[in-house]
Amino acid sequence: MSIFINKKTRTLIQGITGRDGSFHAEQMKDYGTNVVGGVTPGKGGTKVAGIPVFNTVAEAVKETKANATVVYVPPAFAVDAVYEAVDAGIKMIVCITEGVPANDMMKVYPYVKAHGARMIGPNCPGLISVDEAKMGIMPGNICKKGSVGVVSRSGTLTYEAIWALTLAGMGQTTCIGIGGDQVIGTNFIDCLEAFQADRSTKSIVMLGEIGGSDEEDAAKFIKKYVTKPVVSFIAGQTAPPGKRMGHAGAIISGGSGTAADKIVALNKAGVPVAGSPTEIPELLMEALKTKKAAKGVAKKPAAKKVAAKPKKKAARKTTKKTTKKK
Amino acid sequence: MKIHEYQAKQIFAEAGIPVPPGEVATSPPEAYAIAEELNKPVMVKSQVHVGGRGKAGGIKYAESAEAAKVLAQKILGMDIKGLTVKKVLVTAAEDIISESYVGIILDRATKRPVIMVSPAGGVDIEQVAKDTPEKIFKLAVDPQQGLRAYQARDLAGKLYRDMSQIRQAANIIMKLYKVFWDVDSSLVEINPLVTTPGGNVVALDAKLNVDDNGLFRQGDIAKMRDIDSENPAEVEAREADLSFVKLDGSIGCIVNGAGLAMATMDLVKRYGGDPANFLDIGGSSNPQKVLSAFKIILADPNVKAILINIFGGITRCDDVARGIVDAFKEFKPEVPVVVRLTGTNEKEAAKILKAVNLPAGETLDEVVKKAIELAGVERE
Repeated sequence: MSIFINKKTRTLIQGITGRDGSFHAEQMKDYGTNVVGGVTPGKGGTKVAGIPVFNTVAEAVKETKANATVVYVPPAFAVDAVYEAVDAGIKMIVCITEGVPANDMMKVYPYVKAHGARMIGPNCPGLISVDEAKMGIMPGNICKKGSVGVVSRSGTLTYEAIWALTLAGMGQTTCIGIGGDQVIGTNFIDCLEAFQADRSTKSIVMLGEIGGSDEEDAAKFIKKYVTKPVVSFIAGQTAPPGKRMGHAGAIISGGSGTAADKIVALNKAGVPVAGSPTEIPELLMEALKTKKAAKGVAKKPAAKKVAAKPKKKAARKTTKKTTKKK
Repeated sequence: MKIHEYQAKQIFAEAGIPVPPGEVATSPPEAYAIAEELNKPVMVKSQVHVGGRGKAGGIKYAESAEAAKVLAQKILGMDIKGLTVKKVLVTAAEDIISESYVGIILDRATKRPVIMVSPAGGVDIEQVAKDTPEKIFKLAVDPQQGLRAYQARDLAGKLYRDMSQIRQAANIIMKLYKVFWDVDSSLVEINPLVTTPGGNVVALDAKLNVDDNGLFRQGDIAKMRDIDSENPAEVEAREADLSFVKLDGSIGCIVNGAGLAMATMDLVKRYGGDPANFLDIGGSSNPQKVLSAFKIILADPNVKAILINIFGGITRCDDVARGIVDAFKEFKPEVPVVVRLTGTNEKEAAKILKAVNLPAGETLDEVVKKAIELAGVERE
């Protein structure tokens, strides 16, 4: 089981003939994703990695019954690609493109919602439902099937956390990167809600970073609605105020959006925050244990931990390297 | 991207928002000429990208052109919060009856532009928000419908009682909202918006930040970038297509991905070191980027060790390794370099790196500690 996408998801790739689009079309296909077509205006009738290319999304939907799409279109045209997908009736849109103007996102997202569609991104690595389907650019070989749901605002930091989980023998259901921009579609709360509802997900890892208040809002949501153990990590504790740290959304402005505030909010909601991404599996195991011990008492785990201090012992020495990367 | 007050005022004036007349000067004689042309008392205002210019002595009143020249002499070259003043705005001084605040920000939570107005203008608005939040009025505008005239009037009504002034302020709010969209802004601000004794409402100050992601279609605004007011290493990094932020520590960091780059800095701090920078080489594995990264970091005399942390997904570790070997050939770094290349093609990378024989590590925590240790050894 998984959330948002699975084996049956029929995926299109918008911008399939581009450098990124063609490379990842092949990667997605190799992972086992049901990629049914690609779209590039003017390239209809050709093929990329054996995948048929169409001129428009509407045409592709008509021919392939696609119900999802990944957008690899350059920033100047990405939002138009999203409108096109919505108008063609697609309900699951993943926008990988980095550099989409925030003002465009403010306009397109209400449109996406009004049409009952879901949008993930922009400026995100996409998502993987482990051993089922991948939409986007995450390396599939670091994942292992299991029961942890992972949601993150970042790319490589997510891989780091997933890899740590995999090394510790803790596999995942679905791993989602929601994107590092100021205005994004699907947010932490949307993903937490879906993980909470998904029966195969037993625990959740949430990777946040400085900027905005999504982590604080998520903390409130967790306290109220999430009964599964959640462990977090917040990047940017050493980031100076007023500077954009790579991601458009990773900026402390006017004293708000600091890592410290987010950690306090999460701790208050009973969410332990790891001091290093490599400590996530350990914290998660503890949280799961506490949860088990408190079974029957229902509601949230008791484990409350302030950003953990460095530990002397090499805690994960016993870890087996089960899945080795290529 | 930030632009200066004089540039923002230019944009406001073009949009029909009343601003006092003025020009920018880079020398005292220029300041004199502008003040003489205006033929009335002026304000001499330093043009730097920081708040609190007035408190720092960077904004002064001049009765005459001669006084403006003397003040310009004083303010040009002044250091305000680490930035050197290279330009001053010489602008007509206005008598003020009242000061208020008008701003529009992109609100991430509601995904809408939020207009904020306050009758408590002319001071730090964040302080007002903290001390007297009841004096701030907000409206989240539906981006698909736009700002309606009645909404602007309602907001203006929080600032003024006089109907003529309400109309003027509402008009300014409408125009400011249009500017916000037209230039891909992430923040526009008038603080203070003032009333003159004649009953006119005027934007005495102007602030405008532009969304970097919108710059590709804002050619005129992109040209307004003031390279002089930025850290030279950051300018160089931008030109090399690297995300880079200069910090004060001694551990230079080269990482792929913004989140991981931040996490790496955090770990440096956690294990007792201080990061010298934030640096994200991005998703591609162009060896040239690794070279540029080395060049920028090695130019920082504070750097005592370099830590390279790459988690290869799309980025291929062997490409990065080639970049590292090239960088060693070209720059022959004297500071220790610690490397962790994990993920895609890590074995090939390890073979390539044998050429330079660097201390390497498997885990993130391991390499961070190693880099700190080596930086310390070098110091003694």
